[in-house]
Amino acid sequence: MPDLNYLSITEAHELLVAKKISAQELTEFYIGKIRNLNPKIRAVLTVCESQALKQAKKVDTKIASGEEIGLLEGIPYTAKDMFMTKGIRTTAASKILEDYSPPYSATVIEKLDHAGAVLIAKVNQDEFAHGGSTENSSYHVTHNPWDLDRVPGGSSGGSAASVAADFGIFSLGTDTGGSIRQPASYCGVTGFKPTYGVVSRYGVIAMASSFDCVGPVARSAEDAQIVFEVIAGKDSKDSTTIALSDKTLSDKNPDGKLKAVFYDDEDSDVASRGVAAIDSSLLDIRTEASIAELVPLELALAAYYVLVPSEISSNLERYDGVRYGSKAKDSKDLLDSYMKTRSQFLGPEVVRRNIIGTYALSAGYYDAYYKKAMQVRTLIIEALNKVFEANDAILIPTTLQPAFKLGSKSDPVEMYKTDLLTVFANLAGVPAISIPIGLDSATGLPMGLQIIGKQGDDKKVLAIAKRIQSGSDWHNSAKELKL
Amino acid sequence: MAKLSLDEIQKVALLARIELTDAELAVASTEISSILDFVDTIQNTDTTGVEPTSQVTGLTDVWREDLVEKCAIAPKLLLASAPELQDGYIKVKKVL
Repeated sequence: MPDLNYLSITEAHELLVAKKISAQELTEFYIGKIRNLNPKIRAVLTVCESQALKQAKKVDTKIASGEEIGLLEGIPYTAKDMFMTKGIRTTAASKILEDYSPPYSATVIEKLDHAGAVLIAKVNQDEFAHGGSTENSSYHVTHNPWDLDRVPGGSSGGSAASVAADFGIFSLGTDTGGSIRQPASYCGVTGFKPTYGVVSRYGVIAMASSFDCVGPVARSAEDAQIVFEVIAGKDSKDSTTIALSDKTLSDKNPDGKLKAVFYDDEDSDVASRGVAAIDSSLLDIRTEASIAELVPLELALAAYYVLVPSEISSNLERYDGVRYGSKAKDSKDLLDSYMKTRSQFLGPEVVRRNIIGTYALSAGYYDAYYKKAMQVRTLIIEALNKVFEANDAILIPTTLQPAFKLGSKSDPVEMYKTDLLTVFANLAGVPAISIPIGLDSATGLPMGLQIIGKQGDDKKVLAIAKRIQSGSDWHNSAKELKL
Repeated sequence: MAKLSLDEIQKVALLARIELTDAELAVASTEISSILDFVDTIQNTDTTGVEPTSQVTGLTDVWREDLVEKCAIAPKLLLASAPELQDGYIKVKKVL
C-alpha cells in the first residue's frame, strides 16, 4: 500500500483513480489514525464511521464501473461541530445540544456530500464558537499537535488540529472574528475565510449573523480553493448569500502588477518572509506601512466585542429547552424552566457573552453601545476601503504570538486581545487567508501570514497564497510532526 | 468606568433568561465591568453623522417568488428533536 500520510486532495485523488487504494481503505486508514492518535490530541467529538464507510463504498462502486470521479470524491474530511449533519450528533461543543441529532444537514455539508467527500468526524471547538483556544468546549480541551501543552487556537481548534495531525485531508470551519485563521496559524496549516455571504450559512449553528463565515482548513491554498469552490455560491435557503466573483490575478492594475502593503510587529518577520517568497513580477510591494496606522485595530476590536455579543444574545435565545436541546428538570413554571435550562447547560463564556450582549441591546444603552459600535464598523470599513483603493492586498501576521499554553489566559479580556489582527476582516466582510510561514525562532512553533483582499477578491487572495506556497515549503512542515 | 452593580447584573441576567448564583453574580460583576471598560474606547470616537453598518455586502431586501415550497423535512422528524412531546405536540409548562 502506498504511504497515505498527509496526502493532499490531488494526491489522494490520483491514488483513487489509479486504483492503488480504494475509497474504503482510505477512509479506514483515517479512522484508524483517529483511533490511535486522538487520545493524545483530543480533536474529535464524534466519529461517523458507518456513514463514512457507506459514502466511501458508493465512490468505490463508481470507480469499479469505470465512471470518472470528481476531485473530492472519496476524500475523507472532518467538520467543526457547528455544522448540522443529518442523523449525526451535532453539539456546537455545548451541553445544551449534547444529544442533538439534526433532522437536516447544512447546505455546505450537502454540497460536499454531493461532491462525494467523506465526512469521517465532527471536531471540537469553543462552545458555540465563543473563544480563541477551544478551551471553552464543554467536553474537553484539544491539544496542539506541535506541543501538547499548548492550545490549538480557536474557535475552530478541532479543525486545525485535525488537519495538522492528519485526521482528515481537510476540515470545515467557521470564522466570526478569526476562528479559522488563528487556529490554522497556531497549528501550521492553511485556513481561508471567504468574503461574507459567498458560502451559505444554512444549517450552520449561528453565532453572530452579520459576521459568520464558513471556510476550509487545509494543507495548502490549492486544497483550500478546491473545497471553497465546491461550497461557494448562492443558496435560496440563506438570503445573505451572494455569487462568487471570478476576479483573479488576471484582473490586474494598469501597470500589470498587484500592489500590497505589509506590516510586521517589531519582534516579527512574518510578513517580510511572505514578501520575500513572492515573485516580484507578481506583487509590487511598495509600502511597508503600519497596519495600525491604516486601520484602527484596537477600536475595531472594541466594536467587535460589542456587536458580536449583541448578535450572540439574540441568536442564542433559541436555546430554551422547548423545541430541541437539553431541558432542566424540576422547574416550577415556564420562565423558571428557561432560566434553569440555560444556566445548567450553557458554559461560562457563553453566559458572559449573552449578558454583555443583552446589556448592550437593552433600553438606555442601545445608542451608547450597539448603535455606536455599528457606526465604528462603518469607520473601519472606510479605512479599509482607502487601503484597497491603492492596494490589492494586505500582508500581516495572523497573530502576534504563536500558540499559548493551555490555561494561561484565564482573563476573558486577555483572550479577546489575541484577536487583534483578525477581527477587522470580519467587520468589513473581506476575504482573508492564513498560511504557514515558518517557525517562531524562540519557541519553534508555527506562525501564520495573513493575506487580506477586498470583498469579492477571494480568488485573488488564494492566488497570492498559492504563489507563495509554490516557491516555499512551510505549508508542508506539519508532515514532519512525530505524533 | 462602567461598573455594573450586582442588581444591574441580576436584571440583565433575568432579561437573558439566565439564573446566576450569588457567587456567579459577583464574578460576573467584575468580569462584565472589565469587558465594558475594554470596549469603552468606542465612546471616545467621534461618529457624528456616520451611518451605522449592519450588513456588509450591500444587500437590502431579498425577494423570491411567492410560491409554496414543500418543506423537505417531515414535521414528525422536526418534532422528534423536542425534549418533551405529548400526542404529537411539544409539551411546555402551563402559561395561563
